[in-house]
Amino acid sequence: MSRVQTDLVNVPKVEAKSILETKSLTKRFKTLVAVDQVSMSISQGEMFGLVGPNGAGKTTVLKMLTTLLAPTSGDAWVAGYDIVHHSAQVRGVIGYVPQLLSADGSITAYENLLIFAKLYHIPRRERGKRIHDALSFMGLDEVSDKMVREYSGGMIRRLEIAESMLHRPRVLFLDEPTVGLDPIARKAVWDHIQRLRSDFGTTILLTTHYMEEADELCDRVAIMHLGKIAAIGTPSDLKATVGEGATLDDVFVHYSGYEVDSVGNFRDVSRTRRVAKRLG
Amino acid sequence: MLTAAYNFTTDTITIAELEARKLHHDFTELLTRAVQPALWLLIFGEVLAQIRAIPTGQLPYLDFMTPGVIWERDLGILHKMLASPAPRSALVLGKALSASERGLSQAVIIYGLAVLIGVHINWSIVSVLGVLFVVILGSALFSTFSLIIACLVRTRERFMGVGQLLTMPLFFASNAIYPISIMPFWLQAISRGNPLTYEVDALRYLMVIGGTSVYGILVDIAALMVSTAILVLIAARLYPRVI
Repeated sequence: MSRVQTDLVNVPKVEAKSILETKSLTKRFKTLVAVDQVSMSISQGEMFGLVGPNGAGKTTVLKMLTTLLAPTSGDAWVAGYDIVHHSAQVRGVIGYVPQLLSADGSITAYENLLIFAKLYHIPRRERGKRIHDALSFMGLDEVSDKMVREYSGGMIRRLEIAESMLHRPRVLFLDEPTVGLDPIARKAVWDHIQRLRSDFGTTILLTTHYMEEADELCDRVAIMHLGKIAAIGTPSDLKATVGEGATLDDVFVHYSGYEVDSVGNFRDVSRTRRVAKRLG
Repeated sequence: MLTAAYNFTTDTITIAELEARKLHHDFTELLTRAVQPALWLLIFGEVLAQIRAIPTGQLPYLDFMTPGVIWERDLGILHKMLASPAPRSALVLGKALSASERGLSQAVIIYGLAVLIGVHINWSIVSVLGVLFVVILGSALFSTFSLIIACLVRTRERFMGVGQLLTMPLFFASNAIYPISIMPFWLQAISRGNPLTYEVDALRYLMVIGGTSVYGILVDIAALMVSTAILVLIAARLYPRVI
């Protein structure tokens, strides 16, 4: 029996209708308040987007929910488990695709998946089938024995998502899933993310700074600005509040008071370019 | 409890397996890492053969300077592993054993070169297995030490600087180059607390015919195991700082 299943029995669950909930979640780095009193609630099976420019706090929210960073104050629950007190249980039920490159280029795609299948204690007799299914789901079965460094950016992203799905997580976190990809590769990644939800009913929380991506994929979005949630709702509701014919870009400018070139510094630029380069 | 121990062991082995698979695909990395001990041995070999010493001191140096962790290329993988249910101490120990796999390949090369320059190697099974065990332990120890430094300084540039600063004293304040008995008292004290001293002592005893140990092989191994365990626990606590 896997560790995850054991723990599901042993740990008391907080009763909640939503699968993910945060209450005044806050993260402070010395003087900077990266995430400021974020409260939100995500339902089972929902595709939820955190949108905003670089430095808005999206990634920091994700790192707290995946238990990589401890919050300074506030609470959050994932699948009923408190992210601080039951972090090990949280890690057992989530999948996470970080923004940085998270597949190993010097081994094959199959080997990358095998290592994570073992880390998630997928039983030996199921391992082969799960890996095979993940590869064909993501359209990578033809190239599974190629070294990952020969992959294109879009293929690497699909492999990374395949890795995070092996153990059938209840909540999947995708940090900027299409940053640095060309439009065709981006479309392919979108299709796969949508199929993940329709085939497995996985709840997905993704971050993006592309408004058209949030518009295309998400049931609901939260617009983040300077660590706070400026607005939250379905893309169409948000657009309707701003005015007729508004795009999600207009919504964003409206709620954040964001002006072109006012946010983002050298570090963000160099980071985005670096990510773009490794995927390009 | 038993399940936890089993999971800990399999997780550790999985991390080490990742490294083995990488090495399997890339032999050049192993070869480049062998160049330095080879040069050392060829240049100083003659003298060392005469004084019946074995140049083992540079092993930890390499373990230290190539932590095989963090920095850009691997940071995303590390984030994903830290977000998995694997215990952090298993991740650290797995990384340490990954360094051991590289260390082992160097041990094989040192054996080969030692034969070339005419060192009288002790080929008994027990001795050879003993040497391999000590090399595994030593590599794990020093790579974990390096991981701790990396978690503390957090950038590659600073790590290189601090690494240079620490490895020289680590090397000289040990019995790697000259016997502890001829050192001034204060340096003797430091050297006795330096795990490298015990690694070198054990290797000298095990590797050549008629080799002697100052502290006794069991003391050496115990000292290495205890220091490795302590460093792994410290590193597991510090590991999340790389995020």
